[in-house]
Amino acid sequence: MNRKLWISETMGSTARIRPSRLLAAGIALLLFSFTLAACGDDDDESGDSVTTVENETQAIESSPANGDVKIVVGSKNFTEQKVLGEIFAQGLAAAGYDISTELNLGDEQTALKALENGTIDAYPEYTGTALVSLFDVASEDIPTDPQAAYEQTRKDFAKQNLTAFPPTPFTNSNEVGLTADKSEELGVEKISDLQGESQDLTLYGTPECRQRQDCLLGLEQTYDLEFEKFVPVSPDLRHEVLENGQADLSIVFTTDPRNERDDIVLLEDDRAIFPPYNASFVVRDQTVDAAGPDLEKVVGQVTEGLTNEVVSELNARVDLDKKTPKQVATEYLQESGLVE
Amino acid sequence: MPELLAQVQLQDRSTSEASCIADNGFCPSWIADNLDRYVDPFVQHVFLTLASVAVGFAIAFALALVAHRHRWLIAPIVQVTGIMYTLPSIAVFFLLLPLTGRGNLTAIVALVAYSLLIIFRNVTAGLDNVPDETKDAGRGMGLTDRQLLWRVELPLALPEIMAGLRIATTTTVGLATLAFFAGAGGLGEQIFADINFKSNVVVAGGLAIVLAALLDGLILLAQRAITPWTRARTA
Amino acid sequence: MTPELAFLGQFGDAIQFIFVGETSREGTQVGGSQFLELTWEHVKLSGLSMAIACAITIPLGLWLGHIRRFSFLAISASNIGRAVPSLALIAFFVAYLGIGFTNLTVALVLLAIPPILTNTYVGVTQVDPETVDASRGMGMTEPEIVARVELPLALPLIFGGIKTSAVNVIATATIAPLAGVTTLGDPIINVSGYGDTGRLAAAIVVASLAVLTELLLSAAQRAATPRGLKLESDPSRRRRLPTRIGRAAST
Repeated sequence: MNRKLWISETMGSTARIRPSRLLAAGIALLLFSFTLAACGDDDDESGDSVTTVENETQAIESSPANGDVKIVVGSKNFTEQKVLGEIFAQGLAAAGYDISTELNLGDEQTALKALENGTIDAYPEYTGTALVSLFDVASEDIPTDPQAAYEQTRKDFAKQNLTAFPPTPFTNSNEVGLTADKSEELGVEKISDLQGESQDLTLYGTPECRQRQDCLLGLEQTYDLEFEKFVPVSPDLRHEVLENGQADLSIVFTTDPRNERDDIVLLEDDRAIFPPYNASFVVRDQTVDAAGPDLEKVVGQVTEGLTNEVVSELNARVDLDKKTPKQVATEYLQESGLVE
Repeated sequence: MPELLAQVQLQDRSTSEASCIADNGFCPSWIADNLDRYVDPFVQHVFLTLASVAVGFAIAFALALVAHRHRWLIAPIVQVTGIMYTLPSIAVFFLLLPLTGRGNLTAIVALVAYSLLIIFRNVTAGLDNVPDETKDAGRGMGLTDRQLLWRVELPLALPEIMAGLRIATTTTVGLATLAFFAGAGGLGEQIFADINFKSNVVVAGGLAIVLAALLDGLILLAQRAITPWTRARTA
Repeated sequence: MTPELAFLGQFGDAIQFIFVGETSREGTQVGGSQFLELTWEHVKLSGLSMAIACAITIPLGLWLGHIRRFSFLAISASNIGRAVPSLALIAFFVAYLGIGFTNLTVALVLLAIPPILTNTYVGVTQVDPETVDASRGMGMTEPEIVARVELPLALPLIFGGIKTSAVNVIATATIAPLAGVTTLGDPIINVSGYGDTGRLAAAIVVASLAVLTELLLSAAQRAATPRGLKLESDPSRRRRLPTRIGRAAST
């Protein structure tokens, strides 16, 4: 708008304008109009295509305009995150975006930092993790309803100029796990049953667990538990230590296929320190603006099929079948009919 | 919940075929099928090693030539390169991080810094080991200092220089396994990707050892080729 | 702010982190006195591994050198040890034995052995055979010769080997958190809670620890070198050492 005014005003005093300037102005005007027209076209299209999948899985459609948009997809440092990162990356690449990945960044603080300083443009985060660890919300203030938790997460991310897209159906919760034999030996079914016994027990968890209310801090403060020792290990080692008896207790993820393989008992969280943990694809606002409506559409298409069974299956393909996250993500997209 | 026509296949994992890898064991058939995932890390590793050794050699060799002429430089250079040699590489990666950022550059700078002492010390020792009589004979024949250096001293110092190169190369291969901490990829990243899985650890670690042995052997062969007169002497 | 000034600023922050520490967002103490815990664990792991390695290797190297057997093995030990990356060794132990302080100590002992073995062996074999014969002639028994003649003369090289191993072990103890042992590597590998400042701080402490160890052991090496050998190692005056031995002697 401003540009048009400027041009008409200067045209009034044409005596002082050089021909080359006029030409440049004219070209600028033309380009500007083309851009407006193109935007206008997109707006019209998106009106038709924003529908939820009702009866059929639509394949992801590629649009050449997306090729100019670069998106760097990141992920945190455990199997499920790497798979999710690859799924989103490959799904968006199928839509024609210029995608690169920076997976395996580290824990949630590291990932958020990378997102904020532009090293990555997007990564999948869990609603519970975001609220507890990134936004310091007290566990009693976190809604137990997944959708409400997502709403709060979305609002908190929006304050940081980050867009959190609608969440996955699956939820992957932290839980306190122990072998079936151990749980019988101790006679525990709920976390609060550990009171009085925990001072003789070792607990293993991720390094960031030491700083989180939905992990060690919550167990110590909300459940009043003291452990003989807490050993920080990388996420993938937490099952081995239960298996070989080094760990009495370990924090595990509910979607981990090794829970079933190793016959792990998950203690009931009776004082509710673990919030809902649905995954939401978090993207920088400027990337959302640049990417157009296809971004939201593809994220929705990809997210829809990620149920608890499906995600456990995908994790199993990496952890148990030893496929790479990249392969498994491709399989997910193909088997769901999203990609040929 | 909308019905998806296409479905993700849920698999039954109770068969014994899958159990070798599900138990994180050493599974030759899996290794044979999955060697391709080690190719890229291996190539990155080779690149990091060769680049670092080449640059390190260039710098250390130049320094040694200068110090050969100005002997008082030897002690300070040994001090400085000695400190760089002592500093643990992983610490150096993160000390450099604010300056050079994540990526190949940080890894290469750290690896180069580590190799300087070894190469400098060996080049200097090699040059020092040239018998005085030989040098006198050369001067007697009318060779200038520069000709003496390049035609007499360096060729005679070659075994020592190559020995230093071999040591530097094998240690660089080993250190480059940590390069992924600096964001430079390599075989270490692959080891770290599944540290529980015996097959993975053995293959990725084994490839690093094989690479070190291979490069060591190649340099030894090159040495034998360039210095035929040492073949008569037992190595 | 220019990159160089920013760099210095970060270093300043890191130094403060080491000595004063800060309170992390969740109220736990990081840095400061907490770093002392990490440093102690680091020193404990390294020291124990070195002690065991020396206890095993020095007697072995002394004896093998004295009887001049298995020279190929003793001298190649160093080369082979160099070719095995420390991460690979640790990963091998984690995969086959699992994580934990004990398993990690075994891995570090294995890592420390080669330089000590090679240097001890070479140190003994380069003692002048005439000196050894003279001692036999004086009526000393074989173990006496090893302990009272060969060992003191080999000490400089032995210390050289210990120095190399110690620095290597300290460096490798930095990746101990991968095997479940919380050393100074924790802020480097598990950054959360410590932040970039904490990570830089840990890198500084580890580097200082390595340099300090090197200085101490170098001083010990010099103190243990008999005067005669010191004169000999002066580059302008020393006798020509055969290349092979000169190469193995890593001081």
